[in-house]
Amino acid sequence: MQSEKQTNSLSKFTSSLKRFIEWIDPILVPLLAILTSMIVGGIIIKSVGGDPILAYKGLLEGSFGSAELGPVKSQRAMSETAVWATPYIFAGLAVALAFKGGLFNIGAEGQLALGAVFSSLIGYALPGWLGVDLPTIIHLPLAILGGLVMGGIWAGIVGALKAYTGGHEVINTIMMNYIALNSTSFLLNGVMKDPSPTNVIARTPLIAESARFAPMFEGLRVHWGFVLALFTAVFIWWLLNKTTLGFEIRTVGANPDAAHYAGVNVKRTLILTMFISGALAGMAGAIEVTGLNYRHELGFSQGYGFDAIAIALLGKSHPIGVVLASILFAAMRNGATRMQFLTQMPVDLISMIQAFILLFVAADAIVRFIFHIKSTGERVVLTRGWGG
Amino acid sequence: MDWKRFGFIAIIIVVLFGGVVAVGQAQQRPLLIVTSMLATTIAVATPLTLGALSGVFCERAGVVNIGIEGMMLASAFFGWLAAIYMFHVFEYPTGISITVGALFAIITGMLMGLLHAVLSITFKVDQIIGGTVINILAVGLTGFLNRQMFFGKGSVFEGSIPNSPGILPAIHVPITEILSPLCGANSPLCIENIAAINRVFDQKPIALSAIILVFVSHYVLFNTRWGLRTRAVGEHPKAADTVGINVIKMRYANVLIGGAFAGLAGAYFTIESVPSFEPLLTNGRGFISLAAMIFGNWTPIGAWAAALVFGASSALQINMQIFRAVIPPHLAFLQQSYIVGLIPYILTMIILTGIIGKTTPPAADGVPYEK
Repeated sequence: MQSEKQTNSLSKFTSSLKRFIEWIDPILVPLLAILTSMIVGGIIIKSVGGDPILAYKGLLEGSFGSAELGPVKSQRAMSETAVWATPYIFAGLAVALAFKGGLFNIGAEGQLALGAVFSSLIGYALPGWLGVDLPTIIHLPLAILGGLVMGGIWAGIVGALKAYTGGHEVINTIMMNYIALNSTSFLLNGVMKDPSPTNVIARTPLIAESARFAPMFEGLRVHWGFVLALFTAVFIWWLLNKTTLGFEIRTVGANPDAAHYAGVNVKRTLILTMFISGALAGMAGAIEVTGLNYRHELGFSQGYGFDAIAIALLGKSHPIGVVLASILFAAMRNGATRMQFLTQMPVDLISMIQAFILLFVAADAIVRFIFHIKSTGERVVLTRGWGG
Repeated sequence: MDWKRFGFIAIIIVVLFGGVVAVGQAQQRPLLIVTSMLATTIAVATPLTLGALSGVFCERAGVVNIGIEGMMLASAFFGWLAAIYMFHVFEYPTGISITVGALFAIITGMLMGLLHAVLSITFKVDQIIGGTVINILAVGLTGFLNRQMFFGKGSVFEGSIPNSPGILPAIHVPITEILSPLCGANSPLCIENIAAINRVFDQKPIALSAIILVFVSHYVLFNTRWGLRTRAVGEHPKAADTVGINVIKMRYANVLIGGAFAGLAGAYFTIESVPSFEPLLTNGRGFISLAAMIFGNWTPIGAWAAALVFGASSALQINMQIFRAVIPPHLAFLQQSYIVGLIPYILTMIILTGIIGKTTPPAADGVPYEK
């Protein structure tokens, strides 16, 4: 009786251990991938005569602070990481959602820029047009909504072209990117240029106080946009997994023909997927304006759109994965400055390590081989090539 | 891409040229405008054509390549670096240095292709990820080495970027020499015209090879056994395997060929166009190549046509700036460089959605092959 109980509890223990390993597996492999990338990065640092330990210490201190740096600098380090992470989360979600719908949105960059432009426009011009001072509770949401709708329409056009003419979204998002960036230059150098006499930069005037997020903590740049980004990630998870629209997006993404025969309106879903994707990218721009810069300046958004692709892929197109990937990328970008200060290693090293992380997370066969971890056997299909 | 579509693209290019001639003839003779625009068109189209060919070979064999941008960037850097090393460190003459530079660019492209092949064929990584890894890696690697090789500890150049040995010279086609005697003695205008036409034909080696490679690629893909096998592997690898084609080998070979094309495109930037490198110099042209490839429906000639439309629109943009002063008042919006700058992109979208419509990738494009 006693021994039977023991074996029972033992088997219970092993089965729960097994379940734990299965549960941790999706996190374990990425963590080991990051470790492997850091080792590869360390070898590179060593090979050019740098000190890898000091470099990584700088990277960590610069992104999350340390006891040595003191509370003030540590708080600032964490605040800056959150500041970097905010647009990454929105733009990453934009690309990830499109992936779920079987679409490849390379145009987050342009949608983000236009979102920022229109958010600024509403931010500085709307009270003047209406002739009244708006309260924050109305003005701020309107400014964000402006960016959101603009980004959504910009991408929605591409979705509509795909749905009705078959024009490939990859070409059209790339072209719309350049059109957006040229239009932004046109507007910021022309009608929307900051008219103050000392200004020579292509930038908009400052937005009204009523269109700004209140500071989260005194003296730190981190803003409520970061919290909004986290909520948005949860919302997108809910949208994708718990609503009919989300189901339709995923079905069209998995197999548009099957979705069509199952009665899904494929055209409508394609357009909506692109609209929501663009809206998220536009929101990234709007939040940068209303929470951080209080204006749009030419060239501030360079590269977010392309980093967003890497973030969406690293997060395996899962909203929570996107948040984690964004924070990782943000921490590395933010910590790089201190790393460079301590070791004179160029900031570009970070891009290399990020490429390795993406590589090892994607090629988990390599990581599993190095650390002798058995594969769970299932292959998650992330993207479907060009979709056809 | 049937002939009707090519005809349409030809009409568009003629209209673009005609528009500039109509505006600019108050200031410049039409022949000179057309020849200068042709030169710009070919120059802009060269890296786009080669980049698109890179994509065509990879994707016809069933491997999506969005890493063209990164392959170009890395090749441009290493080609340039090799030329500098040959010239300054090993003290070879200019000609040898830049030739070695060009070869290094191609080898770099092939190595990047090999990385993409290992990831996407052997490790069956999602091919979009493989391409993205190459894009980010290229940015990091070139930025890092660009600083480290010249300003880092123990650099042979001790903190300065030396001058590159130079760029590839144009190959002279002796049209002027042959035709100018026909002009007679008293017609300088005739000789000038022939010289202007001659300048269009005096292309540099990579620009010339890009045009030749378009037709060679077309022939190889659609008229040889190799091409048939490549397409079979990209359309239906299982069937290809059944009849004894080695799917893995074919895919590896074609991705390496694609890498070499991207490498040549990279060489164009630093070995043929300008003798210098700056971080991020490819500036999205790899992605435009990708668009040209899809636009051309995964065919070499179609992709070339797309690249030429792009080149012609860029030529229009540049010339509209030159002729700013003589733009008639009712077309004043053409004086805005940002507005004219939109033309290539809007035109591409109109042609794509209005005329070409749905493009069809190879059936197994992006799908890893598992036995």
